[in-house]
Amino acid sequence: MGMRRVAVVGAGITKFMRRALETPKELAWLASKAALDSAGMSLDQIQGVVHGTAPDAFDGLHMKGEYLSDGSGGWKKPYLRCYVGGGTGVYAIAQGWFHVASGLFDTALVVCEEKMSTCLPHPQAAFLTIFDNITEQPLKPNLLWIFALEQNRYMARHGITVEEIARVSVKNKHNALGHPSAQLGAELTVKDVLASEIMAWPVHRLMVSPTSDGAAAVVLVAEDVAKTLTDQPIWVQGVGWCLDSTYWTNRDLYYPEYVEKAAWMAYKMAGIREPRKEINIAEPYDPFAYKELHHLEGLQLAPKGQAPKLLADGVFDRDGDLPVCPSGGLLGVGNPIAAAGTMKICELFWQLRGEAGARQVPGKPRRGVAQAWGDLMQVGTVVVMGTEQPA
Amino acid sequence: MKTPKNTDTRAWPGEIPLESLYTAGLAGQMFFSALQERGEIVGTRCDPCKQVYVPARAFCERCFAELANPVTVKPEGMLVSFTFCAYDRDQQPLATPQALALVRLDGATTVMLHYLLKVSDPAKVRIGARVRAVIKPKAKRTGSILDIEGFALMGSA
Amino acid sequence: MSGKPETVRGTPLETADFKKGKVFTVSYVPKLEYNWDTGVAVGRYLEELKNGRLIARVCHRCQRVMIPPRMFCERCFRPTDDWAYVQDTGTVNTFSLCYVSWDVRRLKQPEIPAVIEIDGAAPGMGIMHKLGKVNPKQVRVGMRVRAVWKPAAQRTGSITDILYFEPIKGGAGKPAKPAAKRKK
Repeated sequence: MGMRRVAVVGAGITKFMRRALETPKELAWLASKAALDSAGMSLDQIQGVVHGTAPDAFDGLHMKGEYLSDGSGGWKKPYLRCYVGGGTGVYAIAQGWFHVASGLFDTALVVCEEKMSTCLPHPQAAFLTIFDNITEQPLKPNLLWIFALEQNRYMARHGITVEEIARVSVKNKHNALGHPSAQLGAELTVKDVLASEIMAWPVHRLMVSPTSDGAAAVVLVAEDVAKTLTDQPIWVQGVGWCLDSTYWTNRDLYYPEYVEKAAWMAYKMAGIREPRKEINIAEPYDPFAYKELHHLEGLQLAPKGQAPKLLADGVFDRDGDLPVCPSGGLLGVGNPIAAAGTMKICELFWQLRGEAGARQVPGKPRRGVAQAWGDLMQVGTVVVMGTEQPA
Repeated sequence: MKTPKNTDTRAWPGEIPLESLYTAGLAGQMFFSALQERGEIVGTRCDPCKQVYVPARAFCERCFAELANPVTVKPEGMLVSFTFCAYDRDQQPLATPQALALVRLDGATTVMLHYLLKVSDPAKVRIGARVRAVIKPKAKRTGSILDIEGFALMGSA
Repeated sequence: MSGKPETVRGTPLETADFKKGKVFTVSYVPKLEYNWDTGVAVGRYLEELKNGRLIARVCHRCQRVMIPPRMFCERCFRPTDDWAYVQDTGTVNTFSLCYVSWDVRRLKQPEIPAVIEIDGAAPGMGIMHKLGKVNPKQVRVGMRVRAVWKPAAQRTGSITDILYFEPIKGGAGKPAKPAAKRKK
């Protein structure tokens, strides 16, 4: 392809919290600093900065990207904010990747942040504008509607039950107990999940990820730089992203076509032909429990409608054939919108280096895929990372 | 501006309702507690970068070092720039123009924005003038940037 | 470095911390008022809603009858060709029973948002609205529904000129035929 090879050499993350004392800038700095420290690098060695953060409305700051720039190491550097809703946290790595792959920069810092607690009375109020301002908002919708509508469609098309979906919450909140940033790690049963209040049938409270404050960051460098910093660089092997239209009511929500397209874009780049066989760890985006299953199917890691069965069979457990969300996911660790996707990238970095501690998946995983999603049931963003240097 | 009722299918009036509550943050806690409790203005310093950030900041933007220790600065400094703004944020004319100051307090390397007090004639103000921070009495302080009333030209009453 | 506890920072706050005045805060409510232009397509959509009708636009290339109407086809990336009235009946594609209002209040009786595939529009072409006059326990994907309109004098040119969609009694049959392509 003529592009340079790019590796992740450091990762950093803050606690994910319901409400942080730190300002958005301070959150971004904590994660960025931790990423630089882990790479053994100083800020002056960073040539370009990519920042990802979701709507300005959450942190309540106009031009949030600019505000966050000095907390992201962007002082007097080429700095760019990217934004594709919840897909941002994984897409930002793609943007950092092409900074370095293009040859324009040897080193890039990618940092994603969100401080949702600023938004009163509840951060979900900031999602009102996701609906069409003229043809939908007069109905006074709330965010739960679209997820519940999508979950119901997915269930109805395949005959999937709420019990099958509840298992995702059980797995991920259990996995999160091993994550130091986790906001909602817990030992739960399917019964516990279904006993939690029905917010918008078929969505129960314990199937919904929390709103959070937090930040996460990674350092990307070109191949020759990587080799001077570490003997365990984790290579960005493929990137992909794809958007569908905002006419979400004009398409069948049971399957995320745009995730499939983004996945194949990344898989092609990585030379992957049989994703289910060639990928060792998956971190799909799980803002709601059913989403993990929905996205696994879009990622070609389960046939349509079959993800729940594979989950029930233990295939997706940490010690299963294809560990899914060993981090604990958004359900367990937390969901500061943009930072959540980057948390998954950090997880792959640590897992592939054998540094995930209590969360480590056994065997020696060589390749993982992280995926994020967002907007109005619209965007899929995918990054494939691995221990093998791309050809 | 009153939101017009919808009587026309060509235009749709609406609002984006938003309410924000900002925390002052790690450095903000330092800055506002010093201001409220002691009436003092504090910054933080990064010696390698030769910077003194006022108001206090938690980290150096240049080298990313953590700056955890506050330093008190004198409430006096130099007027770096000023203006008299004749309109409010809705572009409505103000009865009295609002005077604003950018000030570098002695010892700081950064510049702060606040009101310029007790002067209504731009001709009486010079860049480079010495100014003094006017801080409210303790009973009126709440831990807000408005605990500082503004900056007054030194030599004025 | 791994995700070791001592390297993960952040200072979580409790509600009590705010109440005790231990946290310095600033509150801000911006005034965000807008006058959005509806554009040609949605403007006509609203006008027809006031008339008690649903209108769509047609793209001859992909042959979709599209609602809400739009002046360009987002798939073919060309201007759409015709207006077409569609029915005010349809089929429930998906629904939810929501017990939380938009302003985070708990509701005893759920709101029932739904995506309703509109008869006469392209297959799968739905709009979001709410269901009413139906027992929540009896709502099903595939249910046939009909719009219940506000009286003409109360309609203003808004999606809320339709109060809700209610089940068509005994209506488990096939959807109506596609609408004839008629210009106004």
